[in-house]
Amino acid sequence: MSTSQNPRQNQVDEQGALRHFLTIEGLKRELLLDILDTAESFAGVTAQTVKKVPLLRGKTIANLFFEVSTRTRTTFELAAKRLSADVLNINITSSSASKGESLLDTLRNLEAMYVDMFVVRHNDSGSAHFIAGHVAPHVSVINAGDGRHAHPTQAMLDMFTIRRHKPDFTALKVAIVGDIYHSRVARSQIHALNILGVPEIRVVAPRTLIPGGAENLGVHVCADLNECIEDVDVVITLRLQRERMQGAFLPSEHEYFHLYGLTEEKLECIKPDAIVMHPGPINRGVEMDSAVADGERSVILEQVTNGIAVRMAVMSMCMASRADGGGGGEG
Amino acid sequence: MTTKTEDPGNVDEMLEDMAAKLRGKMASRPDPIMIGIHTGGVVIASRLHDMLGIAEPLGSLDISFYRDDFSRIGMNPQVRPSQIPMSIDDRHIILVDDVLYTGRTIRAALNEIFDYGRPASVLLAVLVERSGRELPVAADVVGKQLVLKSKEHIKLTEADILSLSIMET
Repeated sequence: MSTSQNPRQNQVDEQGALRHFLTIEGLKRELLLDILDTAESFAGVTAQTVKKVPLLRGKTIANLFFEVSTRTRTTFELAAKRLSADVLNINITSSSASKGESLLDTLRNLEAMYVDMFVVRHNDSGSAHFIAGHVAPHVSVINAGDGRHAHPTQAMLDMFTIRRHKPDFTALKVAIVGDIYHSRVARSQIHALNILGVPEIRVVAPRTLIPGGAENLGVHVCADLNECIEDVDVVITLRLQRERMQGAFLPSEHEYFHLYGLTEEKLECIKPDAIVMHPGPINRGVEMDSAVADGERSVILEQVTNGIAVRMAVMSMCMASRADGGGGGEG
Repeated sequence: MTTKTEDPGNVDEMLEDMAAKLRGKMASRPDPIMIGIHTGGVVIASRLHDMLGIAEPLGSLDISFYRDDFSRIGMNPQVRPSQIPMSIDDRHIILVDDVLYTGRTIRAALNEIFDYGRPASVLLAVLVERSGRELPVAADVVGKQLVLKSKEHIKLTEADILSLSIMET
């Protein structure tokens, strides 16, 4: 699948507002902070008896999932509903042949139903950009994960969660532990952490799960887990993506847990007030044991909750950029 | 934009006048909750809240998510979380804004308030009630009434003291 346009050019309009949300790469710090601040306001909506605002009333959002997902699809759906949009959930098992053609057909059909926004998950890297390059001008596309490339809303909900515990990004040491190679989450997180000014980002994984040239992403590749997590403020663990592994990436899950799985004992070297994160779903006893996953430092369920507010922010900001101008009101 | 020389009046005197009127209304509406609308309304509300010695903490509303012009002008870039830190069910509300103009902000604020619960009553108090209503909204307590042309705008400034000025576009 080819991308017809440069994503960094087409996801932001001339005024710097979000038209699509496809990747963190190339976005400005101010825009990321804007997303976090707007999400903070949306988080306040949960204090209401009616946990809903009328912002996107009359808009239609299609969740277009070519790859299975529970958490991401559900939180996108909830976010859209809390914005009062109408939501279509469409699960499409991707066929191997002529994917581009069938994809465009699907898009054209949905556009004919007056859909205003596509939330897209696809196992091909670049698919969200491809779709953004082919939709009608009034339609926004949000990338909900494309292959190994990007998962920008996950990265932003992680930044939101980090900021709630550690307000100053420029004073943080962050460790990312696990399957960087297959992880679109890690790529988006690394871009976001760098743009937000985190001075020290360390990663560790078996050599087979570290992409070549990882240092060029602005991270320090560590030799072992202890070196990676010592004295850090944030530990981000990644899921071992068995479904994306073809061939011998790992000797065994047992071996992986022994070397990289988080236990309370191994976490003794992190800062006492550090937080432990995981994008889910957790493989307990592989990436971490249950004592860590359910422990005091774990913010894993907060990440899930925060995903709703962050997705509300991204969706409404994309739709807002489609506003057709006209006079502002007062009074 | 130019500032007109006409002085809209002394804000402190208007606030004294509003507080006196509100005391009268509060006789039949005990233990009210006061809520200011961002940004100017919160400034006025915090002054009235002190003057009236209201026990409940001051609430604040940012009505950005309830505006009727989202699809025309987009998102307010400086939206803040609304804060109503208590149940408003069956309570008397005093809603405060700096300027009542078209009435659209108050429409949005009422919608948002009702997403927090079902109040016993809502009173509207505004520092300035100016001409130009577009919706059937009226204030219960007014500091000052002004007749302005549509291109004239009134602005509340908070420096050492609160002051009002009229600008022309």
